[in-house]
Amino acid sequence: MTELIAQNDMKYIVFQLMDKEYAIGVDVVQAIEKMISITRVPKTPSYVKGVLNLRGVVTPIVDLRERFGLETKELEESSRIIILNLEDFDVGLIVDAANDVLDIPFQSIEPQPDVVGSVESDFIAGVAKIDKRLLVMLNLEKVFEPLKRGSTDEL
Amino acid sequence: MDTNQYLEMFIDESKEHIQACNEHLLELEKNPEDLGIVNEIFRSAHTLKGMSATMGYEDIADLTHKMENVLDAIRNAKILVTTEILDVVFKAVDYLEEMVVDIASGGSGKKDVSALVNALNLIEAGSSLESLATSETAATKEAVETDNSSIQKPALRFDDYEMTVISQSAEQGFSTYDVTVQLRDDCLLKAARVFMVFEILEKAGEIIKSEPNVQYLENEEFDQMFSIALITKEDADTLKAKVMKVSEVEIVSVDQIDLESITKDKVASAAETVKETVSNDVGKQQEVVAQKGKKSAAVQSGNKTIRVNIDRLDVLMNLFEELVIDRGRLQSIATELHNPELNETVERMTRISGDLQNIILNMRMIPVETVFNRFPKMVRTLARDLDKKINLEIIGAETELDRTVIDEIGDPLVHLIRNALDHGVESPAERRAKGKPEEGTVTLRAYHSGNHVFIELEDDGAGVNRERVLAKAIKNGIVTEEASASMTDRQVAELILSSGFSTAEVISDVSGRGVGLDVVKNTIESLGGYISIESTEGQGSLFQVQLPLTLSIISVMLVELNSEIYAVPLSSIIETAIIQTSDIMNAHNQKVIDFRGNIVPLVNLKETFEMGGEQDATDDLQSVVIVRKGERIAGLIVDSFIGQQEIVLKSLGNYLQSVFAISGATILGNGQVALIIDCNALIK
Repeated sequence: MTELIAQNDMKYIVFQLMDKEYAIGVDVVQAIEKMISITRVPKTPSYVKGVLNLRGVVTPIVDLRERFGLETKELEESSRIIILNLEDFDVGLIVDAANDVLDIPFQSIEPQPDVVGSVESDFIAGVAKIDKRLLVMLNLEKVFEPLKRGSTDEL
Repeated sequence: MDTNQYLEMFIDESKEHIQACNEHLLELEKNPEDLGIVNEIFRSAHTLKGMSATMGYEDIADLTHKMENVLDAIRNAKILVTTEILDVVFKAVDYLEEMVVDIASGGSGKKDVSALVNALNLIEAGSSLESLATSETAATKEAVETDNSSIQKPALRFDDYEMTVISQSAEQGFSTYDVTVQLRDDCLLKAARVFMVFEILEKAGEIIKSEPNVQYLENEEFDQMFSIALITKEDADTLKAKVMKVSEVEIVSVDQIDLESITKDKVASAAETVKETVSNDVGKQQEVVAQKGKKSAAVQSGNKTIRVNIDRLDVLMNLFEELVIDRGRLQSIATELHNPELNETVERMTRISGDLQNIILNMRMIPVETVFNRFPKMVRTLARDLDKKINLEIIGAETELDRTVIDEIGDPLVHLIRNALDHGVESPAERRAKGKPEEGTVTLRAYHSGNHVFIELEDDGAGVNRERVLAKAIKNGIVTEEASASMTDRQVAELILSSGFSTAEVISDVSGRGVGLDVVKNTIESLGGYISIESTEGQGSLFQVQLPLTLSIISVMLVELNSEIYAVPLSSIIETAIIQTSDIMNAHNQKVIDFRGNIVPLVNLKETFEMGGEQDATDDLQSVVIVRKGERIAGLIVDSFIGQQEIVLKSLGNYLQSVFAISGATILGNGQVALIIDCNALIK
C-alpha cells in the first residue's frame, strides 16, 4: 500500500518567482539557504551569479529570474537559495521566496498549456493545479544544461 | 551461497591475476624457453579458476580451465610456445578481463567463450596425445601416484643458498627429501591439513622450502598437491608413515633429493641456453634472478601492508582538507589577536598538520605502473596490426604519483604511444633502407624531479619532418608563411600539438582522426602540466610531459582585484614585482615591460575578467605577477598581493565546465570562495 501512495503522490518544494509559483521534486532538493556571500565567476553568462561555499563544496549559483529572462530585482530578506542535487552536479537557485512543501498527485499534473507566460516553454515540464493554485513544474535538465566554453547564450 | 560480500575482493584479485597473466605472457613471448614463467601464469590462471568457480561465474571458470590445460601442456613440454598459441592465450585473457569488467559494472559476467574454448582445445589436442594416454592408464592407484609425481608434481627449485645448505647437511649425514603430499579432493580445510603436515615434518627435521610457497599454502592457493624439501636424519618410510597419519591425506611420496642431479640439471639447462643464444642472454638471466629477488622481497614486505579501500583514503583526504581550511582561519585569527601563546600553538599545529599532510598525500601515491602496465600488451597488439616491429621499454614504473593525477594521465599517454607507433616508428622495410635495426624502440620513462613528475616517451623513428609539418600548418591556417620561416625546429615540432593538425596522410585506425595531439596537450595542461617535444628528423622524437605531484593541495599566491580575491598557483609564478607605470611600453597594441632584459607582455586581469572599475591610471606603481607557461612568460597586473598560502583545490563542478582562465576554486580561511587563475590560458 505504501508503495502505491508513494507512486501517486510526490512531495514538491514550492517557491515563488515574480507572481508565479513553481514546484521542484523534493528528492533533488538538498537544502534551502538564506543568502550568503557569493564569489563572482568572470566570463560566465549573466544568470550565473557565481559560486559559494556550501559546507566545503564549491557550488555554482544561478539567478532563476535572469535565467528565465524576467526582470531582475535586488535581493531581499525573503530571497532564498535552493540547493539542488542533480545527477551530475550540485547547483543553487536564487528565488524570491520558498514557501511550501506540497503533496502533488500525479493525476493533477498536466502538460503545459500553449501559453503560460514569459518563461521559455522549454523549461517547463508541466503544470499542476491544486485547489486554486497553479504550479509550474520545471524541466531541470533544460534549465541547467552544463555550460561549456564558448557557450555564449545570454552572455 | 551469498557471495556478495566477497564480490569486491573477487574483482580486485581477479584484476590483479589477469594483469599478472598479461605481464608473464609478454615475458614468455620474449623467453619461450623459461618454463618458470609458465608456472607463474598457470598459478594465476588456477587461482582465477578457483575463485570464479566459487563465485559461480561458470564462463570464466571454463575458459581458465581450458587455458590451464594448454599451459600445463606447455609446462610439460608437450607443446612448443609459438606466437599463434600466445595469440589465442592473450585473447583468452582479454575475454577474461572483459568478463571481470562486466561483473564489476554489475553484469552477470557471461560471454560466449565457446570459440576460444575450441581453439584452446585444438591447441591442447594438437600435440598432447600423450596426456590422453596417461589418463587412460591411470586406472590404478599406484599408477596415479607415479604419474602424478612425474607429471604434475610441483617442481622444487633451489637457489644457490639452499643448494649449499643441502650439500653441507649431506656432509653431516643428513639427507634431504622431497616430500610430496596430495590431499583428498573433498578436503575442506586444506590450510589446516597443510599446517598439520608441516608440524609433523618440522618435528622430524628442518623444512627448507616448499612448493608452492608457504604463503600460498596458508591461503589455500594450491591444487590438492604440494611439495616440501626436508632435511632430516629419519628415513623415507618413517616419514611417509608419519605424514599419512594426517587425515584427508590421499598420497604421500618421499623421494631423496640427489644433489648431483639437481646441479647437473641446472648446468645442463644453462649450457643449453648458452648454446642457443648469444651473450645478451646473460643479461636476461641476471634480470630474471633480480626479478626473483625483488619478488621475494615484495612477499616479505607484503606482511606489513594492509589493503585500504581508496574511498576511505578519499574521505580522509576530504576531512583533512577541511582541517587545512580551518588551519588557515586560525592563522588569520592568530595574526589579528597578537597573543603569543595562541601564536605558538597555532604555529605548532601548522607544523604538525604539515607533516600530516605529507603522510596523507604519500598514502594516496600510486606507482605509475598502474597506468603503464597495460601498455606492453597494447603495443604488442598495435605493432602486429601495423606490421611493425616494436620493442617497448619501460623505465621507472615505480615512480609514484597522486591518484588524482594517475586517474587522468592514462588516456593522454595512450594517445602519445599510439602516435609514436603509428607516425613515429617506420615500417621494417623503411628502417632497413635507412640502416636502422628493423625493430624500433619506444622508451617510456618516468622520474621525479623537484615538485614534478616527468614522463617521457622516446622513439627512434622518423622524427618530425619540418617541411611537411610546416606545409600542413600553413595549409590549415595555424601559422603564416612569413612566420614559419623564422621558427626554430622545436617550435615547428610543437605545431603538431596545435588543434586542427594531423599529419598522417592516410587516416588510420590507430591514430589520426583529426582529434590529434591537441587533446593530449589540453588534458595535460588542465592537470597543471606541460608537454614539450624534441625531435631530430630521421632519428626520432622525445615527448616530455611534466606533471605536478598532486592536484589536491597546492601553494598559491593570493592577489586582490577590485576587492575580490584570486589565487595564482605558485608553480607558475616566477616572481612578483612592482613596476613604474611609466615603464609600461606599447608594442602592437600590447602592453609590455622590459623585465630583466626580456620583453614581457602584460595581461590586465581586470580587463580579461571583464570587471568594472578602470584601473587607476594616476597610480604610478603597478603590482605585477610574472608567470610562466613552459618557456613563455607574461605579467599579470593585479591590485595588490595578499600573500602565500596552501590551499585545497576544488573543482567548480560539472555545471560550470571550463570557465575561461579559471582552473578551479578554493575556500579561504573566512569561508569565502576564491577562484584559481589558470595561467596557461592567459599566455598564448
